[in-house]
Amino acid sequence: MKTYRDIAGDGGSDVLGQVTERAARMRARMALVARKLAVMSGKGGVGKSVVTVNLAAALAMRGRKVGILDADLNGPSIARMLGIENRRLTVGGAGLVPAVGPFGTRVVSMDLLLSRQGAPVAWDAPALQHRSTWLGALEASALGELLGDTAWGELDFLLIDLPPGPERFPVFDGLFPECDGAIAVTIPSAIAALTVRRSVVLARRCKAGILGAVENMAGYRCPCCGARQALFAEEGESVARTLGVPVLGSIPFDPRIARCADQGVPFVAAHRDTPAARAIVGVVEQIDRTCAGQEASR
Amino acid sequence: MKFLCVVCDEAMKVAEIPSPSSGDALTVVFRCPGCGHQVALLTNPWEAQLVRSLGVAIGGRSAPPAPLELVRATLTEARLLWTEEAERRLERVPEFVRSVVRKSIERYARQQGCREVTPQVIDEAKADMGM
Repeated sequence: MKTYRDIAGDGGSDVLGQVTERAARMRARMALVARKLAVMSGKGGVGKSVVTVNLAAALAMRGRKVGILDADLNGPSIARMLGIENRRLTVGGAGLVPAVGPFGTRVVSMDLLLSRQGAPVAWDAPALQHRSTWLGALEASALGELLGDTAWGELDFLLIDLPPGPERFPVFDGLFPECDGAIAVTIPSAIAALTVRRSVVLARRCKAGILGAVENMAGYRCPCCGARQALFAEEGESVARTLGVPVLGSIPFDPRIARCADQGVPFVAAHRDTPAARAIVGVVEQIDRTCAGQEASR
Repeated sequence: MKFLCVVCDEAMKVAEIPSPSSGDALTVVFRCPGCGHQVALLTNPWEAQLVRSLGVAIGGRSAPPAPLELVRATLTEARLLWTEEAERRLERVPEFVRSVVRKSIERYARQQGCREVTPQVIDEAKADMGM
């Protein structure tokens, strides 16, 4: 008797054909994007989305064409942080037209698809009480649509802001084989480092691999005396360095970073001459160098 | 998922997708090309939703999917998207009434079950409002 693999095709249901076609569409879109980088963290609250927004702005300020996909479907925040939460996505002949943010960044986020600000991301389906059986598939398909149906155009960088969780990047890597690598965001706390380390171990097994780690909230400079103080107990030895991946940079804590995010302004543009902004620019330079090095070695 | 006719050792083919298969369950009839024997695949609601969550149409599509087709069809509080051309038309409306006009057109579009607002939908909405 024949087995599953003895039978070619799927008997006319065409599920495989449509999935293959969708993957081809995504490949065609991504052929115009030079570098696709996922920004991940094992743990929530480390400032991953704020870092993403500021990296994107800093790259765009260097003349790079940058796109951001807010892949945190249930907790989207990128549009708000860029001050474009009231912009509208439109549909053009080539697909979904991204919203344009500061410095020409092209942005797609679930926030921009909801009918009102603060609306929850909820799905309308007949079998809601059994959502545990299908929600993962739906979210993966939704993410695939956001990536593949958007007319990103030519980009130097597409930053994909993943939701927190150690398994997020491996799942994303499977869904999006075009991804070039991940940037891990951490903070100098032992608890965050523990989870980020798990993420790094899992990410190393992925095809795309890790570009490096960014240490956020690394120390605090007193506005009165200028002395640098530690925010976390682990700051003596850099947590990022113990992860065994290249450290792209350490961004010191600055309360204006959160304030700017609330106001929808990229901190790196609003406060250019600050240690934190200079650190962000340093991270971006490091990303540029690393990517250029990877390309040269291909 | 594939179906095999054990008697003929032949892969069965999709013969019919009886409607409505858009309810809370899915029915697909398969037929053996050898002996003509038919079987029906009947799913429960969450199995049907799992298939729908893949964003595919069982039996294939006659046209490629629209941008964000699955998201727009499934998101509870989805904003109605406008085409670029429709947005440009709206920009001709004086700014102080633009949001009221936008809401009126969207209300009409939703009532008509439109997937997005196009210039044609705007014309229809205007006609409906006697403008």
